[in-house]
Amino acid sequence: MHAYANPTRFLAIAKPLTPWLLGVGLLLLLAGAWAGLTQVPGDYKQGETARILYVHVPSAWLGMGGWTSLAIAGLVQLVWRHPLAGIAARAIAVPGMLFTALCLATGSIWGKPTWGTWWEWDGRMTSMLVLLFLYAGFIALTSGDEGQRQGGTLSRGAAIYALVGAINIPIINRSVVWWNSLHQGPSITLRGSSIDGALLWPLGLTVLGFSLLFGAIVLMRMRRIIADNRVAARLRRLADDEGA
Amino acid sequence: MKAKHQRLILALVALAGVGGAGVLAASALRDEAAYFRTPVEVSAGKAEVGEAMRLGGMVAKGSIVRQADGLTIRFVATDGKASVPVEYKGIVPDLFGEESGMVADGRMRADGTFVADRILAKHDERYMPPQMGEMPKDMKAAPKA
Repeated sequence: MHAYANPTRFLAIAKPLTPWLLGVGLLLLLAGAWAGLTQVPGDYKQGETARILYVHVPSAWLGMGGWTSLAIAGLVQLVWRHPLAGIAARAIAVPGMLFTALCLATGSIWGKPTWGTWWEWDGRMTSMLVLLFLYAGFIALTSGDEGQRQGGTLSRGAAIYALVGAINIPIINRSVVWWNSLHQGPSITLRGSSIDGALLWPLGLTVLGFSLLFGAIVLMRMRRIIADNRVAARLRRLADDEGA
Repeated sequence: MKAKHQRLILALVALAGVGGAGVLAASALRDEAAYFRTPVEVSAGKAEVGEAMRLGGMVAKGSIVRQADGLTIRFVATDGKASVPVEYKGIVPDLFGEESGMVADGRMRADGTFVADRILAKHDERYMPPQMGEMPKDMKAAPKA
């Protein structure tokens, strides 16, 4: 496990990977957005309004996927004390929260013309809002804390918080199945998709594009934390040298 | 090495415990967290007359009748097993229509009619091009539940 714990080894992979993730991600994203807005027909019932799903669905996926990764990082921090785990969790929190907010915003904009309301307290919307608050709590808990000065590790409390918060992820996923809700049931399940193929393919592009973009943002943020650590270490050494 | 395994087991046990608590809480919430009540629940006596509640169901085919004042509509909300007549005065969302889902805020009247103050449209999880939507039902790609 500790073979990969080395930030230098991580940087050797992350540095060349970042521009690829960023470039390919942006390309797929633009292609998916272009196709979704111009190349596919509108929905038989909702018309043009349904095109917002090409942003809404990837945002939901990354908001939830972000917390899942954050919880895994918390577990790795807690059990293996992996130095990169805390850095990863810190790097994921802000983009994860951003995509959760984007999901809520696009959902609200979509809800008004279709359902007739900006917001309702049904199971799906409420649990997604809870996810936004969980991210806010995690960011508040880890900003400027002791761990940030110690190279980006997570405190035990923050790691446990990340793990406990993960319970909300299956609740969001199942909220439209367990409880009757205003939000419709899942369109894409293990058994297939109830989004017709003619409308589905741009979604594949934007989901992949947003995901690669998310990966690039996380890698950039991790690299920034590692760079900060090195600057801090160098300053300490300089201060020590001058003191001697 | 030993401490690492201890921590792993502890974390997994704690996680299983908290997860179990979450599932128990969610299943206990099952009825309370429901956004609306269905016609079956209403006909089973789960709605008191005058109590503020939400009713959700499909608008039965051919049931929308516009009243003489031009604003009030009456229709039948159904879930396939039971149905409840609904009365509503106001403007409905564009997606509101027969054989389509809706959720209504309101209360039961003593005569068994649900009087709605507000109506929302609920759509299903299917998305497809318009040409397919206009096709006869048996020609459409089978909707997946």
